[in-house]
Parts: sequence; C-alpha cells; structure tokens
Amino acid sequence: MKRNGKLLAAPYTLWMVAFIVIPLFFILFYGFTDNDFNVTLGSIAQISKPVNLKALWLSIELSLISTVLCLFLAYPLAMILKGKGRSSSSFIVLIFILPMWMNFLLRTFAWQTLLDKNGVINTVLSAVGLPKQNIINTPSAIILGMVYNFLPFMVLPIYNVLVKIDDNVLNAARDLGANEVQTFVKVTLPLSLPGIISGITMVFVPALTTFVISDILGGGKILLLGNVIEQEFQIMNWHTGSGLSIVLMIFIFVSMLITAKYDKEGEGSLW
Amino acid sequence: MANKLIELAGITKRYGDNVVLDDLNLYFNENKFLTLLGPSGCGKTTTLRIMGGFETPDSGHVFFDGKDITNLPPNKRELNTVFQKYALFTHMTVAENIAFGLKIKKKSGNYIKDKVKYALKLVNLDGFENRMPDSLSGGQQQRIAIARAIVNEPKVLLLDEPLGALDLKLRQDMQYELIRLKNELGITFVYVTHDQEEALTMSDTIVVMNQGYIQQIGSPEDIYNEPCNAFVADFIGESNIFPATFLEDKLVEIFGHKFECVDTGFGINKPVDVVIRPEDIDLVPEGAGTLDGVVTSLIFKGVHYEMEVEAAGREWLVHSTDLSPVGARVGIKVDPFDIQIMNKPESEDEEAVKIDET
Repeated sequence: MKRNGKLLAAPYTLWMVAFIVIPLFFILFYGFTDNDFNVTLGSIAQISKPVNLKALWLSIELSLISTVLCLFLAYPLAMILKGKGRSSSSFIVLIFILPMWMNFLLRTFAWQTLLDKNGVINTVLSAVGLPKQNIINTPSAIILGMVYNFLPFMVLPIYNVLVKIDDNVLNAARDLGANEVQTFVKVTLPLSLPGIISGITMVFVPALTTFVISDILGGGKILLLGNVIEQEFQIMNWHTGSGLSIVLMIFIFVSMLITAKYDKEGEGSLW
Repeated sequence: MANKLIELAGITKRYGDNVVLDDLNLYFNENKFLTLLGPSGCGKTTTLRIMGGFETPDSGHVFFDGKDITNLPPNKRELNTVFQKYALFTHMTVAENIAFGLKIKKKSGNYIKDKVKYALKLVNLDGFENRMPDSLSGGQQQRIAIARAIVNEPKVLLLDEPLGALDLKLRQDMQYELIRLKNELGITFVYVTHDQEEALTMSDTIVVMNQGYIQQIGSPEDIYNEPCNAFVADFIGESNIFPATFLEDKLVEIFGHKFECVDTGFGINKPVDVVIRPEDIDLVPEGAGTLDGVVTSLIFKGVHYEMEVEAAGREWLVHSTDLSPVGARVGIKVDPFDIQIMNKPESEDEEAVKIDET
C-alpha cells in the first residue's frame, strides 16, 4: 500500500523536478554567475542601479495599493455573498468568475481599448460633455488592471472562511451584548483572518511580479521590475535577469513570512 | 400568582407556507426550570429563538418583565443563550470567551477577572483560563458556553439542546450540574430538548409541543402520569395506547373486556383512548386477570424485563421485575388508577391547550 502510494506520486514528483526544481536551480545558477560563469554577486547587485531600484519600488507600491483596494472591494462582496442563499450566491460567484474563463491577455487588452485616449470610455464621456480622462499609460491604469484581474483571488478565500463561520457564533456575540459593529470587529473579522491572509498573498504575489499588465496598460512607458526582468531576458542577458528575479523572490518570500507570522498571532487574541 | 417573567402572546411564525408556530401562548415565572419538549420540527427551538431575539414572530408579542421586547435586538435583551454545539469564539482563550459580554458592558478589569474565576469555579473548570476552546472536550466546551452566558447575570438563561452532542454518561452528569447551577444561581432556565428523559429529570415544568402547538403543560409527574392526549402519552415514555369505549363513569371497555377505572365525566358509551404504562400492567396466573394472553417476547433491560403479551389480538407492552418465559399463558390485570382515559383527538393537529398552571 505504501509502495503504491509512492508510485502514484511519481508523475507529480517528476513534474515538480522537471518544471519547478530544475528551472529554479537554473535561475539560481545564472543569478550567481557572470557571463564567464564565475561565481559573483554582480548580477544581483544590478538591483542597485537607479532604474532597477525605481522599478522595484514602483512594483511594490502598485501591488500594495492593488492589494489594499482588492481587500476593501472583496470583503464586503464576500459578506454579501455569505448573506445570500446558496443558489443565488453561486449565481453571483458564477458571474464573478465568468471573466476568468476568458484569456487573461484578452481581458487586459479589452481594458486598453476601453481606457484609450479615443477609446470607449472617453468617447462616452465627450458625448455627454464631460472632460476626457487620461488614464491609459499611467500607474492608475496598471492598478486598475491588477485589481480587475486579481480581485477574484481575494474574494474566494475570504468567502470560503466567512461561510464556515457558524451563524450561532455570531448570534452568541449578539446575545452577549455586542451590537453589529462590535460583532464584526471582535468576531467576524478575526475569524476570517486566515482568508484575508491567503487573499493578500494570492493578490500581492502575482501583482508584484506581473509584467503583462504594466506592458499593456502602461504602454511600455512605466517599468515594473517584472518588465525589467522580461527585457533582460529578451536581450539574452540571462544573468542579470536571473539576478533580479532572485531579488524579487526574496521580496515574495519576506512578504509570505510576514503574513504567516501575522496569521499565527491572529489565532490567538487580537483584541 | 407571581409576576410573569416572560410571556409569549399569540406568537405565529411561518417559513414560507410552513407554519412553525400557530398562535402560541405561554408564560412562566422566576426561578423555574422550564423545558420545551417535542420532536424535531415541533417549533420548540423557534420558540426559544424568538425569546432570544434571533427570530422575529410574524405576529404576536414577547413580554419580558412586563415590557414588550418583540422588536428588541438580542444585544438589548436581558437574557443569555447557550447554543447548540456551543458556538464558542475559537480565536479567543477560555477567559476571553467568558469575559466577552462583560468587556462589551465595559466592566472594570478586576471585576471581570473575579467574575471569570467565579464562573469557571461554578462549572468546575478552575484554571482553564488560558486554554483555547479547540483544545477542550465537548463537555468542557459546553461548560464554558454556560459560564460565558451566566457571568452576565441574566434573569433567564435559554438553553438550546445543549447536551445533544454529548455522550450518555456525560449527558447524565451535566443534567445534575444544570439542576445544581439553576438552584445556586436562582435564575430561570428555559431548556429545549427532544429527550423526554432529560426533560423529566430536570424540569419544574414541561411544555410538550407538537406541530407548532402546545400539547400539555405540567410538572414531570403530571405529564407522565396523566398525559392529556395520545401524542403526549406516546412521546413521554413507553406506553400502551388503545382505542376503547367509555361505558359509564369508572368503567371502560378495552377490546371487549371491561376494566374499572377512576375517571368520570367522559359520557356514556363514548369512544376514547386509554393509556396504560407498561410498568402498570400486572401479569397474574391465567384466569386471574381481566383477560388472558401469551408472552411472545422477552428482553432483559437491566432494571426490569420487557415482555410483549398477545391478548385480545393486540400486543401489550409489559415491564416487570418478575420474569414470565416466552410461550407462558398469563392473565392481565390493571389497577383502576393506572388506566388513564383521554378524549380522542379531533384531528391530527391537536388544538393548543390554554395554559392554566402556576
């Protein structure tokens, strides 16, 4: 039986090694070597170049803003979904997830068309006599793209923890004298923390590393670290690309450590 | 007559087309152990939730100490609830759980500390302050849920099948604990259960409910010994319920055999139901009883033997400490005061009985 189990895991193990472990090893290998394959920290040190540093900070800033926006949009939505009955909530979830069945690039290009200087939104705005909005090719457009694309990843984990909270636990808080706001702050919110944490991770990490959204909605003028890395690989500079990737991985790793630590504290008392 | 602590007046509650409670009237006084007893779906939990404020009745009023609290939210009501499956705050320690209500009321730190300690002592869980609810057994969690409710010194404690998830032994222990708690605290307990034994053990007053109607209100002895209809008789304990004819005062005919009884006033030659508890049937030698029968099954139940006797074409359930082997021919004898006569129900849904006790 145990042998069998190992055998069944073999395809997965093979997949992991071939497509995760080995590529990761290559990134580390290229990141810590120079063009002549001498071991060096030079590739990683490329991050200190002002243009790269600027891209890194912008990446962090935009993904943080997007994550916060996602959280504030997703939590009320998840609450509303929980309040609905099973049938109507699954309908709303369906509507919500429907765009995810379309190609990610297609969706982002759609926003490009919508936000364009002479795009749908501006055409409508000028038709009703309102000033045109210059959103495309600004950080705001990138944030919009991030929030739009990653919002479901925030809603679903929060919704999942919310529906698992027994109604009687909330009733108990009301019974003990807490009004609706106190019940939310002292019971609902702390109990849903694991969902919030995993939502934050699932939005922050892809937002931090994206280069497609910034490429399409930033018009190539706004460089995030993802774009810089992509460009380095485009010009076959694998060492610098890998070095910068390692820097980005460190940031992701640190952010996950912080959330994991916060989650552990959240299991205890929060008030 | 003492003042009415809680009064439900003309409460009706529907879920869609399903009428859960139909014009329910009920009141009770201070320092009582009141049990709402009935099968699932009888409306007992809904009644409790209406008292707690978690449901709003479609019509009717809830009075607490003479004040109309029908539309008051739960947090404004001076009563506390112990929920089914405990409903503890899993992200807080035991002490924080118990302190929850007191902190909301902005009591001082020292007061809260003393109260938590006192409450834990009361439920026999001293020193559990810093444990997390998840690390406790079901019985311990239930005690915490009770402690969390009673620190707030409610006048009424509502308990919604609190022992349902516990095993038999623990359940019996907790029954005695609850009686002790009620007596120590001197507050009213309103207890919801479908377990008739639990109800008989703990209650001062039992309210038997079925299909949204109150069937009977009375002390455990009244309910057990003098069920007012076949539903109550059948639900509370085991019983033989037979169709019979009330020939005249103090004489009833069951399957063609005349039995003396003590009841009067059911008319002459009226169809009625009779209830005979299995322990009230005496097996006597053949020919010495009112009718004869054959023992068809015999089960040892510990305290007594449970026998089925076939007589007059029907099975008679008999509990006795004396054994009669299967196949034995026996006589059946019932003392007059052990025969309980009931009017036949007019319909499936029994009418709600007006309350007229204490």
